[in-house]
Amino acid sequence: MPEGIRVIAEKCKGCRLCVPSCPYGAIEMHGKLAVINDKCVLCGACVGPCKFNAIEITVAKKEGPKKDLSGFKGIWVFAEQHQGKVQGVALELIAEARKLAADLKEEVAAVLLGDADIKKASQELIHCGADKVYVCADPKLKSYTTEPYCDTIVELIKAYKPEIVLMGATTTGRDLASRIAARIRVGLTADCTGLDIDPEKKILRQTRPAFGGNIMATIISPDFRPQMATVRPKVFKKLQPDASRKGRIIEFPAKISEKSLRVKLLEIIQSTEKKVNLAEAEIIVSGGRGLGCAENFKLVKDLADVIGGAVGASRATVDAGWISQFHQVGQTGKTVSPKLYIACGISGAIQHLAGMSSSDIIVAVNKDQFAPIFNVATYGIVGDLFEVLPAMTKTFKELLS
Amino acid sequence: MNIVVCIKQVPDTNDVRIDPKTNTLIREGVKSIINPFDENAVEAALRLRDAGGGKVTVITMGPPQAADALKTAIAMGADEAVLISDRAFAGADTWATSYTLSQAIKKIGAYDLVLFGKQAIDGDTAQVGPGVAEFLDIPQITFAISIESEGGKIRVKRQLEDTSEIVEAALPAAVTVIKQINEPRLPSLKGQMRAKKMVIPSWSAKDIAADENNTGLNGSPTKVVRIFTPPPRGKSELLEGEPETIAKTLFDKLKEQKVI
Repeated sequence: MPEGIRVIAEKCKGCRLCVPSCPYGAIEMHGKLAVINDKCVLCGACVGPCKFNAIEITVAKKEGPKKDLSGFKGIWVFAEQHQGKVQGVALELIAEARKLAADLKEEVAAVLLGDADIKKASQELIHCGADKVYVCADPKLKSYTTEPYCDTIVELIKAYKPEIVLMGATTTGRDLASRIAARIRVGLTADCTGLDIDPEKKILRQTRPAFGGNIMATIISPDFRPQMATVRPKVFKKLQPDASRKGRIIEFPAKISEKSLRVKLLEIIQSTEKKVNLAEAEIIVSGGRGLGCAENFKLVKDLADVIGGAVGASRATVDAGWISQFHQVGQTGKTVSPKLYIACGISGAIQHLAGMSSSDIIVAVNKDQFAPIFNVATYGIVGDLFEVLPAMTKTFKELLS
Repeated sequence: MNIVVCIKQVPDTNDVRIDPKTNTLIREGVKSIINPFDENAVEAALRLRDAGGGKVTVITMGPPQAADALKTAIAMGADEAVLISDRAFAGADTWATSYTLSQAIKKIGAYDLVLFGKQAIDGDTAQVGPGVAEFLDIPQITFAISIESEGGKIRVKRQLEDTSEIVEAALPAAVTVIKQINEPRLPSLKGQMRAKKMVIPSWSAKDIAADENNTGLNGSPTKVVRIFTPPPRGKSELLEGEPETIAKTLFDKLKEQKVI
């Protein structure tokens, strides 16, 4: 057993609960005793799942004086905006925050940063469920850069003490949340796909996929406030805007130190290809190696066009140069969860599944009936995609017109 | 330019297969590798060094066997390596990991650039690069697809969801890189010999003057309370018949569920 962790033999009941909890396969059963082998990296993932407290990280656990956390109230959502337009994930998070707020009997606030024009976006946030909008308007906040945004939000947190802060698990959300959490010493859970409130302890339970989506972990930050999480886009549904909803707008001055301007944004480059923001797409049609060559991606594009979907791709097709990397779905590409994902000629390697298995409905077309993609498919079609795809495109086109 | 690259040893998910019966991970025989994005970070560091001189130091926090990942980086051409290993680091979340790495980097001292892969493929958080940057009080530039260095500054192209942007920062700075930045080189034979012979120093909590309230389980604000296999997706339905029939059936089902 590696140093730093131990199984307390008297407490271990041999229930095996810890075995699947280890992402590294480092726990073996020796009869009725769990034994940790040297694959262990001391990640601590097995400690919580053991119902008998039989596994301990053998570092003296120091219990400091409990901090008073009662002053922290309210659920905040970072209203990520690009060129003045609030991103969909922010509205989705406001909707989810409303549910959490109902359990906690607290308010939902949106945090909106931008230049002077940004105030206009406040009403949309209120109509979609925010009780309050904190607006920080400053020319230096027009486009996102890490430290000016971090400085301002940290000051806002210090001033108003929220209990929970949520951001989209976008490039911006991940960049910003990480810096804030490090600065104010709070817990941050990345890329959550589930949030709920522990009914007894009234703390936020954050559930996220780990290990390429093969394991789910529920994480808490019991002793630090605010509790912070980034949340995967498209997991929650935004509310229908209600123009009669009223809310308060609270203006807050940006507080940016001179030092924080040390990264200069020189240029924003729009993609030259048709926009492929897969993370925000409601429908994705993806092609894999089964297409055979670059030209056959046309079959995928045709179907996508008919149903208003974006085009995705497996890693194999990107590596083969059939389509640009911006279309890649999977662990080394984009993580998506659209309403509908149609996988064409994709076998379903574990890395691909990690990027799309949280989609609502998955349709798989593959000629190999044993392809792993069928394990996650809502509707499986075992067949030749060169027959099935054109038939789908033609039929869908007729029926939609 | 002196560059520190922070790397992580992870299980090779290319080796991982799903057991079709139980729908769980088959973990037997899964080998440990250097996190793929970190290989890109090492490659980026080597190219900057080869173009402008300086030194590349790779570091990792982990148990003793994580030294293998450092050896891979040495074999690729990194100059020096340090293992940061202490039982006091056990159970660290991203906050405590960031703190610990930053303490080690402070001990290394003269650095211009700190590089990371955008995220590790086991945890997928992307939080440690920015965390280290904050503890070192240096700027961070995440999701880099290119890095150019000139006269004490770097110019970096960041790849975002549907746009990219060019940013500039004075050194020292921290940068996290994406896969598309480069193609990592394979270790050379000479490099492998060097890695084999190299004795990699191991630094403890005391060596890096780490405050034990900030390391390992003690220093971690987050706690894992439950780990479980995701619930299987709803029943799979096989659609059969002629392509046209299948297309019609599928359309009706999707229409019924209001997805199209």
